Amino acid sequence: MQTSMAGLSGWLIRHPPLFTLLLIVLVSLVIGAISPQFWQMANLFDMARASVVTGLFGLGFLVVLAAGGIDMSFTAIAALLMYWLTTATAAYAPWMPMGVVLAAAAVGGMLLGMCNGLLVHYLKAPALIVTIGTQYVIRSFLLTFVGTELFVNIPMSIENFGKYEIWRVGTDNGSIAILPAYVLVLVVAAIVTWWILNRTLMGRAIFAIGGNSDIAERLGYDIRKVQVFAFAYSGLLAGIAGMLHVSSNRLANPFDLSGTEMGVIAAVVLGGARITGGSGTVAGTLLGVVLITLVNNVLILAGIPSTWQAFVVGCFIVLAGALFATREKR
Amino acid sequence: MLKGLLVGNVVVDRQLNFLVSVNVLVLVAAVAIAGTSFVNVYNLQSMAVQIPELGLLGIGVALAMIAGNGGIDLSGIAVANLSGIVAALLVPMWVSADDSPLIFAFVFGGVCLCIGIVCGLINGLLISRAGLTPIIATLGTSMAYSGISVVVSNGSGIRLGYIEPLDDFGHMAVLGVPICFALFIAIAAAIGVALRFTPFGVRLYLLGSNAKAARYAGFSQSGLQLVTYTISGILASIAGLIIAARISSVKWDYGTSYVLIAILIAVMAGVRPSGGYGRIVCVVLSTTALQMLSSMFNFLDISNFFRDFAWGLLLLAFLQISRIDLRSRLFGKS
Repeated sequence: MQTSMAGLSGWLIRHPPLFTLLLIVLVSLVIGAISPQFWQMANLFDMARASVVTGLFGLGFLVVLAAGGIDMSFTAIAALLMYWLTTATAAYAPWMPMGVVLAAAAVGGMLLGMCNGLLVHYLKAPALIVTIGTQYVIRSFLLTFVGTELFVNIPMSIENFGKYEIWRVGTDNGSIAILPAYVLVLVVAAIVTWWILNRTLMGRAIFAIGGNSDIAERLGYDIRKVQVFAFAYSGLLAGIAGMLHVSSNRLANPFDLSGTEMGVIAAVVLGGARITGGSGTVAGTLLGVVLITLVNNVLILAGIPSTWQAFVVGCFIVLAGALFATREKR
Repeated sequence: MLKGLLVGNVVVDRQLNFLVSVNVLVLVAAVAIAGTSFVNVYNLQSMAVQIPELGLLGIGVALAMIAGNGGIDLSGIAVANLSGIVAALLVPMWVSADDSPLIFAFVFGGVCLCIGIVCGLINGLLISRAGLTPIIATLGTSMAYSGISVVVSNGSGIRLGYIEPLDDFGHMAVLGVPICFALFIAIAAAIGVALRFTPFGVRLYLLGSNAKAARYAGFSQSGLQLVTYTISGILASIAGLIIAARISSVKWDYGTSYVLIAILIAVMAGVRPSGGYGRIVCVVLSTTALQMLSSMFNFLDISNFFRDFAWGLLLLAFLQISRIDLRSRLFGKS
C-alpha cells in the first residue's frame, strides 16, 4: 500500500496535467454530490461559455511561457481592443460584419503583442517587469484617452455573433440550455496552437529558446523573431478574446477583464507549463482552464461564498508551483 | 565576483548622482508649474507622509530583486492590506480604543507586524524550502492574501475612526518632520547599513550576483532567502500600519497600482532585476522623486488613469536608461 501510494504520487508528479485532471474529477464529484444542479446541461454549457475567454488567454500565455517569457499585459490588450473596436464600429460602421471586426481585433492585438516582444527583446529586462509596464500603459491609455463609460449599444453584427447556437437542449424545468457557436473559436485556437507548438519549426524554436536561450542562440535560432512571434500570438488571441467577451456579454465595459490574468496564469501553470519556460502542452492548458472555470463557477453551487474565489485560485497557483518544484528536484 | 562588486561601485555614484538630479529636476519643474506653494511646509509634509508606504514596498521589492534567482516580491500591497484589515478586526475585540488609545495603537502595530512576519515567512519558505520560483510563489500568495482579506472583511472597507495616537503616527510632525516619515528613514537607513556592512548584506549581494560562487562560499542560501522575504513581508506590514494610520480605514483593494509602483521604484533606483546590485539610498531617492511627480500631477489636476499611464511609461523608460548605463559601463571598462 505504502509503495503503491508513493508510486502514484511519483507518477502524478511526472505528469502534472493528470494531477489537474484528478482535481477536476474530484471537484466535479464533490460538487455534483452537494448540488445535483451541477450535472445539468445548462450548467455545463455555462461553464463551456465561461471558459472561452480564459481558454484563449491561456493558449496565448502558454506560447509566451513556453518561449521563456511572461505576459502580464494580455487582459489590457483585450480590454483596449474590445472597447475601442466596439465603440468605433458602433459609431462609424455598424454594418461591419463580425468577421472583419474579429480580424481587426486579431491584427490590433498582434501589433500590440509585437511591441511587447520587441520591448522585452531590446530592453533585456525580465518579461514580467516589461509587460507589467505595458499593461499599465495600455489600460491607462484606454481609461484616459478612449473612455471609461459602460457601452451598451453593441452593433447588431457583434451581438448576433454571440447568439449563434450549435446545440440547444430543453431542460427539465421547461427552460432551454444553449451552447453558443463561439466556443468553436476556442476549439480552432487550440488546434492551431497545438499545430504551431508540435508541428512547425517555430514550435521547435519556442521550446528550444524557452528551455535554454543561450544554447538555442548558439544553435542558430533567432531569439528576437521567436520572442516577437510568441508575444504577437498572445496579443492576437487576446484581441479575439476581447471581442468574444463583448459579443457574449452584449456590453463593453472598459474595466472588465482586469485582474483575470491571475486565473489564466493559474490555469496554465496547473496545466503543467513550467514558469521558467521550455515546456507545456495545449491539452494540459485546457485542463487547467477547465479547473479554474470550475472553481470560479461552482463555488457558489457548493454553498461557498464567492469571496473565497481569490483565495482558492491563489492557493492553486502555489500548489501547482510546489508540485513543479518537487518534480524538478527529482 | 570581485569584479562584479567593483563594477557595482562605479555605478553607485552615477546612479546616485542621476537620482539626485532627477529629484532636483522634478522639484524645479513642479515649482515652475505649481508655484512656490509646492514647497511650503504644508505640501512638503503632506508629501512626506505619503512616501513611507511606497518606499517600504519599494525596498521590499528591491531586496527580493537583489537576492537574484528571478527574485521579486509581488505580494507587498496584499500583505499590507491584510495586516491592516486583520488588525482592524482583531484589536477592537481586545482593547477599547476609547479607554486606552495608546495601548490600542501599540497592539494594532504589533498585530500588523505579526501578520507581516507570518506572510513573509510563508513567501520565504515557499521560495527557499519548497523551491518555488519567486514569481509564482508571490503571485499565488498575493492572491491568497488578498483572498483572505476579502473573506474576513466581506469585501467592504473597515473604518477605524479617530484614534489619537494612531492618527498622530500617520500625520503629526515633530520638529517639522512627520513621525511616519522619520520612521521610514530610520528603517531605510538600518537596512542600508545592514546591506553594506553586515555579513547579511555581503552574502545577499554575493547570492544575487553569482549563485554558484555563493554556494561554494558555504553559507545557507535558503536561510538567506528566507530572511530576505521575511524582511520584505515585515516592511509591507509596516506599510499597512502606516496606511491604516494615515487614512484611518482599511480595505482589501487599497493601492491596486502599488505593485507597479513598487517595481518602478526599484527599477528607477537602479536595482538590477537579475540580482546582485541595488542601493537603499537610491530606492529612497527614487521614491521621493516619484512622490513629487505624483503631487505635481495633483496640482495639475491630472486623473489617476493618466498617472498610471505615466508610471507605466516611466518604468519602460527607466528599463531603457538602466540598459544604456550597463552598456557604457561595459565599453568604458574594457
